[in-house]
Amino acid sequence: MSTQPEKRDDHAWAQPVDRLTVGDGHINVTGRRPTAPMNGFGRMWQKTYRAAVGGSDLAPQAVIAAWKEHFSEFWPVGNRFFAPLAGIAPGEVAALDLSMPGGLKLSTGVLVLFADEESFTLMTPEGHMFAGWITFSAFVEDGGTFAQAQVLMRAGDPLYELGMSLGGHRQEDAHWVHTLSSLAAHFGVEAQVEVQTLCVDRKRQWSRAANVRHNAGIRSGVHMVSAPFRMLARPLRGGARA
Amino acid sequence: MSETVTPLRVRAPAAGVTVIEISGEVTRDSDVALKDAYERASPGARSIILAFDSLDYMNSSGIGLLVTLLVRAQRSRQRILAYGLSDHYRQIFELTRLDEVIAIHDSEHAAIAAAS
Repeated sequence: MSTQPEKRDDHAWAQPVDRLTVGDGHINVTGRRPTAPMNGFGRMWQKTYRAAVGGSDLAPQAVIAAWKEHFSEFWPVGNRFFAPLAGIAPGEVAALDLSMPGGLKLSTGVLVLFADEESFTLMTPEGHMFAGWITFSAFVEDGGTFAQAQVLMRAGDPLYELGMSLGGHRQEDAHWVHTLSSLAAHFGVEAQVEVQTLCVDRKRQWSRAANVRHNAGIRSGVHMVSAPFRMLARPLRGGARA
Repeated sequence: MSETVTPLRVRAPAAGVTVIEISGEVTRDSDVALKDAYERASPGARSIILAFDSLDYMNSSGIGLLVTLLVRAQRSRQRILAYGLSDHYRQIFELTRLDEVIAIHDSEHAAIAAAS
């Protein structure tokens, strides 16, 4: 048995997990595999959103602590992040409801891949709009303290890729700009959010086109439409059990 | 920004095979050092081996840099292999599914044999 010395990041990473599990009442998460950018279909993008949130006397650790604690409060209205009981900690899984055009509520989730005092990273499951991860960090630079969200992603399947090019990227940009502005406001700062978009790989991975079978948007839509029928069927199922 | 310079040595142990020795910390501050190492390792290389036996710390931004390096190598039709990963970092490669696209070996000898 190896006796390797403990590394500084030993407790910051989630343990390997094959399939995610989240509480009852949330769809499109339990049983799904977490995905990396390599597992998606579309072009690979690295999108960086950055804003000054205070002077250099504001410790990055304080920014990350506040960001973890108030994560969902900083999101735009209409989007919900169901924080795990243990908070944003390595290995925890959170369910999300995201507001989509046309009144659709897209239900999905995230795995907390990494979390320490200066950054944390969320990893998406199969069926999410994109395969990849989002890293939230804070650091001191040029005499100020900055907060940053960086997305490394490929759209999950051909439908999402189309959706991203038809306004999805714009919607995502607006989401993280709003989030960083809210975080800065928490520290009493009016943020100027800088957005950098880099296409890391223009190639689409057609071998991943079948990811569409997990598409959380389609499944969420079917779930919404079928909700009245499930409600009607509930007493019948109860009666059958009685 | 606190610049953490990751000293990355590059060498060519066999024809068409280069090794990038990754040491110290791999974080967002390692971007320039990794890109520079890849630029030096890439010409004429069919396979690039990442040696992790001197890695001290890696966070998720560091894993992101490895993904972008992997994409650059794939565009140049180069294979990426790795050795020297501790059990801890092997688990991280498994968790992030990097082990599906980067062949992991137990030793430099085994990695070179597979690359050749």
